[in-house]
Amino acid sequence: MKQVFGYPESLQNRPNHYCPGCTHGIIHRLVAEAIDELQVREKTIAVAPVGCAVLAYNYFNCDAQQAAHGRAPAVATGIKRALPDRIVFTYQGDGDLASIGMAEIVHAANRGENITVIFVNNAIYGMTGGQMAPTTLPGQKTTTSPYGRDTATTGYPIQVCEMLNTLKAPAFIARVSVHDPKNVMKAKEAIKKAFEYQVNGKGFSLVEVLSTCPTNWGMTPVEALKWLENNMVPVFPLGTFRSLEEVSK
Amino acid sequence: MAERIMMKGNEAFAEGAIKAGCRFFFGYPITPQNEIPEYMSRRMPEVGGTFIQAESEVSAINMVYGAGGAGARAMTSSSSPGISLKQEGISYIATAEVPCVIVNVARGGPGLGGLTPSQADYFQAVKGGGHGDYHMIVFAPGSVQEIIDLMYEAFVTADKYRNPVMVLADGLLGQMMEPVVLRDWEDLQIPEKPWASTGMVAGKPQSVINSLGLAPEELENMNIRLQNKYRTIEENEVRYEEDGVEDAELIIVAYGTSARVSKSAINKARAEGKKVGLFRPITLWPFPSKRLAELAEAGKRFMTVEMSAGQMIEDVKLAVNGKSEVEFYGRYNGAIPSVTEVYQAIMKSFEGREVHK
Ligand SMILES: Cc1ncc(C[n+]2csc(CCOP(=O)(O)OP(=O)(O)O)c2C)c(N)n1
Ligand code: SF4
Ligand SMILES: [Mg+2]
Repeated sequence: MKQVFGYPESLQNRPNHYCPGCTHGIIHRLVAEAIDELQVREKTIAVAPVGCAVLAYNYFNCDAQQAAHGRAPAVATGIKRALPDRIVFTYQGDGDLASIGMAEIVHAANRGENITVIFVNNAIYGMTGGQMAPTTLPGQKTTTSPYGRDTATTGYPIQVCEMLNTLKAPAFIARVSVHDPKNVMKAKEAIKKAFEYQVNGKGFSLVEVLSTCPTNWGMTPVEALKWLENNMVPVFPLGTFRSLEEVSK
Repeated sequence: MAERIMMKGNEAFAEGAIKAGCRFFFGYPITPQNEIPEYMSRRMPEVGGTFIQAESEVSAINMVYGAGGAGARAMTSSSSPGISLKQEGISYIATAEVPCVIVNVARGGPGLGGLTPSQADYFQAVKGGGHGDYHMIVFAPGSVQEIIDLMYEAFVTADKYRNPVMVLADGLLGQMMEPVVLRDWEDLQIPEKPWASTGMVAGKPQSVINSLGLAPEELENMNIRLQNKYRTIEENEVRYEEDGVEDAELIIVAYGTSARVSKSAINKARAEGKKVGLFRPITLWPFPSKRLAELAEAGKRFMTVEMSAGQMIEDVKLAVNGKSEVEFYGRYNGAIPSVTEVYQAIMKSFEGREVHK
């Protein structure tokens, strides 16, 4: 009998701490499935961020290192250079990657480090209680933009994929979402592809995943999924920005 | 195999690390230690190692954390302002118990300061520097040969205790050229690191390199473990050098360049019949407190000579615990005390004393 659905081996079978309806959990599962399917779990090393996913090492069933806020790409660089035959990925939020860790992500991408970055953009600082992120939408209310994000003084949401796509070195850059099953499938495909790039030694790969934070958005999980679709997707267009093979074709 | 060659201090840090089996260097340019990354960028490819010029000191120390956590012998080097930037990373590394070596070829501060040699990073090196209750082991070489030898000891000690080791020098030591014996360490072997995060290959249990302890009890236990380790290090790893302390009335306590200058000043004062000795801490942490306490007990008095406003003097005072007098002579960041100045300070310390005896 063929098993068609089960618990990924790359995920530890234990309850997680994420809020009900938070899509961090879905993204964890997609990453775990991709690692399983590529059969690289035993040689995978995860780098956990500072953010809601700080405990990711308790959920992924692989070796891990916990990095300081924003520094995951530098830590991953050190690991990958020391162990080039291992699969190294970071899992980072938008505050972690696009604010405090902007230098690290840009330079890891620019060096073409052969690592995979899972960038979870929920347009807010989840862990610290809902402050404004560099990806917060214009007008979006957060605990540090109580009148709504004012673009005159705080600028506009940073489009990480578009920005990194100006660099020459990266091999794969894509933005996906997990607000409905169809998009979850697409997200899975992109994440797997990103890891494939690394397995094949192609260089830097990044998947930005639009994600919800019902708790700090002040919404029900269902409302949050709708809000993501209606408000985030227009600001952060989905698609593949860089795919090395296609470029060289 | 040993060869005798002329070498600059900064090159000695680099070649000393290579000889110690270090194959991963991550750094960012800053004067007066640029010869270290430059040397490494040339040398690492020759020995199959990795050199990365990181985007910042912050990134460099986090690359060290990654490589060290993956089991490699890894290092970074910088100078004072750059070392300040590394402090968050060092705190993580110390807590996650990742062995590595950090070289600080210190320059005058505070702020952007200047390019002249300094010992004003003493507090930062020995008292923590970053947040939390942690310690680096801190070596203070006094010659180019000692730089080479201590780089080896630094990597060995880092691995032995799973602890970051800082090799703290000043810009003068970095720039100075001296003859050295460069040898291959016969006992060079990098120990097995079953704790490292290298992948759960063949059923190996999960390794997590981590400094997070969300539950209060978990965090306290983590700290108790660290503190126990620090007590063991204090017990076993203290290093110092003494010269003429037995009959001395006054003992100059100095390390690095200050110790070199003091030595000449002491010789001059000895020639005038003054009973002066030199005590040179080689480990600044753990500090040779026990030995200094013994010497205080034996009736000696002390003077620290430092290229700062007086930092190590606090540890000497703690060590002697009020049992004897501790004087200070220093030039602030940016100036190196001259032999004459230290000699005069010594002579002044003796003024009037004989009369009262
Ligand atoms: C140096 C440092 N600065 C600030 C913090 C506090 N902090 C923890 S998580 C976080 C933001 C996390 O937001 P994000 O990266 O978007 O992740 P999310 O929680 O939304 O998944 C901040 C600012 C910290 N731990 N370290
Ligand atoms: S705070 Fe937001 S991002 Fe964090 S677990 Fe809760 S819903 Fe998810
Ligand atoms: Mg976020």
